[in-house]
Amino acid sequence: MIHNLALSALTLTRGERSLFTDLSFTLQAGDIVALTGANGAGKTSLLRAIAGLIRPEAGQIDFYDGDRNRLDPHEARGREIHLLGHLDGLKGSRTAREELAFQCDWLGHTQDGVDDAIAAFGLKPLLDLEVRKLSAGQRRRLALGRLVGSPRALWLLDEPLGPLDAKWRTVFAEVMRRHLAADGLILAAVHDALPIPARSLDLGGLT
Amino acid sequence: MSTTRRPGRLAKWRHTPPDTSDPDTPEPGAPEPHAPGMRGATRVLFERELSLTWGGGGGPLLACGFFACLTAILPLAAGGDLKTLSPVAAGVAWLALALASLLSLERLFERDLEDGGLDLLATGHLPLESVFVIKAFSQWLATGLPLALTAPVAALALGLPIHLAPLTALAALIGGLGFAFTGALGAALALGAKRGGLLIAVVVLPLFIPPVVFGSGALDRAAAGLSPLPALALLAAYALFAAVISPFAGAAAIRNAQG
Repeated sequence: MIHNLALSALTLTRGERSLFTDLSFTLQAGDIVALTGANGAGKTSLLRAIAGLIRPEAGQIDFYDGDRNRLDPHEARGREIHLLGHLDGLKGSRTAREELAFQCDWLGHTQDGVDDAIAAFGLKPLLDLEVRKLSAGQRRRLALGRLVGSPRALWLLDEPLGPLDAKWRTVFAEVMRRHLAADGLILAAVHDALPIPARSLDLGGLT
Repeated sequence: MSTTRRPGRLAKWRHTPPDTSDPDTPEPGAPEPHAPGMRGATRVLFERELSLTWGGGGGPLLACGFFACLTAILPLAAGGDLKTLSPVAAGVAWLALALASLLSLERLFERDLEDGGLDLLATGHLPLESVFVIKAFSQWLATGLPLALTAPVAALALGLPIHLAPLTALAALIGGLGFAFTGALGAALALGAKRGGLLIAVVVLPLFIPPVVFGSGALDRAAAGLSPLPALALLAAYALFAAVISPFAGAAAIRNAQG
């Protein structure tokens, strides 16, 4: 299990533009970090680089387990990472039940992982609806379901709270608290403050 | 680090408050995390792909309809005389088959790139190479198989002798496998490009030439009373070659599009 995420002297560029240079920081089990910065500062790119979808220009991204052994990054990414952005990969033509089951199955889940997800985000009344018929908030709750349904240590979240109303923000805060209590790690790109106390990592950038 | 998942505390956070015991020792009776393994993940993705191609857009029907229309137009354009049509029947059927196989390629990966599905697929247990194989294979089942069933009908309508109908279906089935894998490679290469559909056609049609040559060659040989086996063997070799090579190139193209 990922216990520690370490970025060392990371430099990311998109096209000709340099997003940030020499970024170093570590995230421990039980830590939550709010990733802030102006639009275009590179929050999403950083999350995608940690998930292995973007190759950094320079620097290292390392994952360690509880005994400080370095994990094979490919292995760690395939088994221990959730990347959840505003593009949630849900198919409009399929029902919420099919999509939740697929996402949890694909990422690997516990015996009753899907039921836990349904219970955690109140998805029961939505299950038989086609995804295209869900509102933005309902759709986000369905997408968040995979975090609960498939236990993975490191959550990389991109604006997770956006379309949620106050009630579900509170629920999601509780879900995040439990994840941290179980030695999870959360890195969330946000504009508003997270509903639970978090360290902050500011990428700055032009305003 | 062993590659098997061990039941860490994450798996059961809902049931137990955070404890201070050694997280490496699973408690007796704790629910085992069910890692789907390669087979399970393959199956769920395969099911999803089939339900997307068969369920939503009517892709197979579209391809078959296009194929039927194309072969119906030819007699109208060239005259309905079987003496002029039957010599070109095999060739035209294969040309129509190649064009009909292009139709649904554009959405194969583009759909998943647009809605973030590729990010989800990239963070799963299976490598992107396997994802490519599963998607190309389901493309074959959803498009190649119905087309292979339509092909004998179309070829007979153009004047192909009736005893060649089973061979037509068989050749179209094998050729369809080649079409699906080279087509999926083209779709992966065109990912993220503007007017991707046009680009796919330009990239893929040259790669479709060998199966068209071998496939119609098999039918011509059989019509002339020769054994179609050499041409069928070449056709099968092409399909297998495409199935082995294209996943690596296709997965690299997908990674490139994601980055």
